[in-house]
Amino acid sequence: MATSTAAPAPRVARHDPRLDLVRKALRHGLVLLGGGIVLLLGLVALFGAALAPYDPLTMDFTARFAPPSLAHPFGTDDFGRDLFSRVLYGASVSFRVAIIAVGISGTLGVTLGVAAGYLRGWVDEVVMRTMDVLFAFPAVLLAITVMAILGRGVENAMIAIAIVYMPIFARVTRGAVIAVRDREFVTAARALGQGHLRIMAVHVLPNSLGPIIVQTSLSLAFAILAEAALSFFGLGTQPPDPSWGRMLAEGRSFLHQAPWMGIFPGLAIMVSVLGFNLLGDGLRDVLDPRFRGRG
Amino acid sequence: MSLSYLLRRLGTLLLVLVGVSILTFAIIPLIPGSPARVMLGVQATPATVATLERQMGLDRPLPVQYLSWVSGIVTRGDFGTSLISRQPISREVARRLPATLNLAVVALLIGLAIALPAGFVSAMKPGSARDLGVSIMSQLGVSVPDFWMGILLILLFSETLGLLPSSGYRPLSDGFVPWARHIILPALTVGIISGSIMARFVRSALLEVLHQDYVRTAHAKGLPGAVVLRKHVLRNAAISIATIVGLQMATLLSAVVVVEIIFAWPGLGQLALTATLQRDYPALQAAVLLSAVAFAVVNLLTDLSYMFLDPRVAYD
Repeated sequence: MATSTAAPAPRVARHDPRLDLVRKALRHGLVLLGGGIVLLLGLVALFGAALAPYDPLTMDFTARFAPPSLAHPFGTDDFGRDLFSRVLYGASVSFRVAIIAVGISGTLGVTLGVAAGYLRGWVDEVVMRTMDVLFAFPAVLLAITVMAILGRGVENAMIAIAIVYMPIFARVTRGAVIAVRDREFVTAARALGQGHLRIMAVHVLPNSLGPIIVQTSLSLAFAILAEAALSFFGLGTQPPDPSWGRMLAEGRSFLHQAPWMGIFPGLAIMVSVLGFNLLGDGLRDVLDPRFRGRG
Repeated sequence: MSLSYLLRRLGTLLLVLVGVSILTFAIIPLIPGSPARVMLGVQATPATVATLERQMGLDRPLPVQYLSWVSGIVTRGDFGTSLISRQPISREVARRLPATLNLAVVALLIGLAIALPAGFVSAMKPGSARDLGVSIMSQLGVSVPDFWMGILLILLFSETLGLLPSSGYRPLSDGFVPWARHIILPALTVGIISGSIMARFVRSALLEVLHQDYVRTAHAKGLPGAVVLRKHVLRNAAISIATIVGLQMATLLSAVVVVEIIFAWPGLGQLALTATLQRDYPALQAAVLLSAVAFAVVNLLTDLSYMFLDPRVAYD
């Protein structure tokens, strides 16, 4: 009886560079710390309503300006509203505005950047010179100007923030696309007769995603700051809705009586922005070839 | 630096300025409702509004209005008339511009006073405790909202310690002490944040030079550390640091706008917000245009400064 003595074929480990990057990212300290903060705040934004001990809009005039205590961990405001509950609700406002604004600016900026970087020529000139003009405005002033045109309100704040951060997406994407547009796989796709649109969507964009992912994280941080600033100026989220920037603006008038009104909403903004910044910096270390291996 | 580079760079600046002026001009046509309606109020009849629009030249084609607006600014410094105060906006701008410049310059100096030593001590011993300290400070600087930093400083120095005023502006002509007392908090707010951000870039710029072969060679041939630092490291890092300072001006100008509002500092940023809230659109146009022009010019100067810092840069 013949028995098979042949050893099983050695298993060849398939090397997927994308999986390597994910593993590397998950071992990176900044990604873990920043991602952890973002995840935690994301959960607060999603389930803040369930976690909040009080209704953020309910006034209690017997508890006006109550200092931080077990009943009110962040104290109360001039209407006796619980600041801890308002800060929890504010997370959902900040995250919603930031995600939608960055979604719009990313979609527009990446589309323009891919077109400019891949097609070059007059498309590149027109797109990038227009972006240069938008870059020439200080960000806050540009946002204020857009709000002047569109009017106050949280939806218009999203559009204003999207316009302000679109040029940076276009610039970052263009740079990444230029680096890959002459690579062999793009030339091969062209030789196979694939159309520009398909090449840009299937070959160029997926291979330029690293810097775009990094920019998305950093832009989310900036968008949280910008929403808070616009609400602080009275242009973004309108009362009585809780927004961190709005809460700071309200607290500014009562710094002497209730300093906690000017502290906790600011702390919430800082921690969120820090989370996205750390995540962005960590992702840059992992994904951007120019930063790999730098201390 | 070749003349052709200078001309090319000036051409780009001109193009950007034309784009900036078109976008700024577009504020009024894009806003729903007419400036004449803002001036006359909701009670005014359509006929009265139409008459005022004719007087203001708003019935002319947009390109004609644009050219007349731009030529007024370029030839006479005329930004139009405020819809609220009915005063020439140029007068308001002339009153506010020194306040903004004062704040921007002092804030930049504070920022540099923080960034240069912090970046330096951090780069000299990478991985050390002080390097980690600078990195943490830098991350916090990027993450702290400028308006919150302003509130915290007011809380500490005005409300708690009672040392400094929480708002207002006094020109230098009123005396150094009143000027300094009023400018410290707003300038510190902007300076601390921009200094923390710049420190990280200064560190990177120095580290990059410190690892160059010529620095190692200079050490190997026995040059004293201070000479290597002065002649080889700092000189070569200066170009990157100048770029950082130039680029940082954008963040700084944005921060100045915010800080002016918090500290009731009568500058262009406060003018922009007040104009937006009061729907005084010509005043908003003036504030936005001047800030954007200032920023574009700073960018040009940053580019041109390379020549003085690095003779190898020939721009052919």
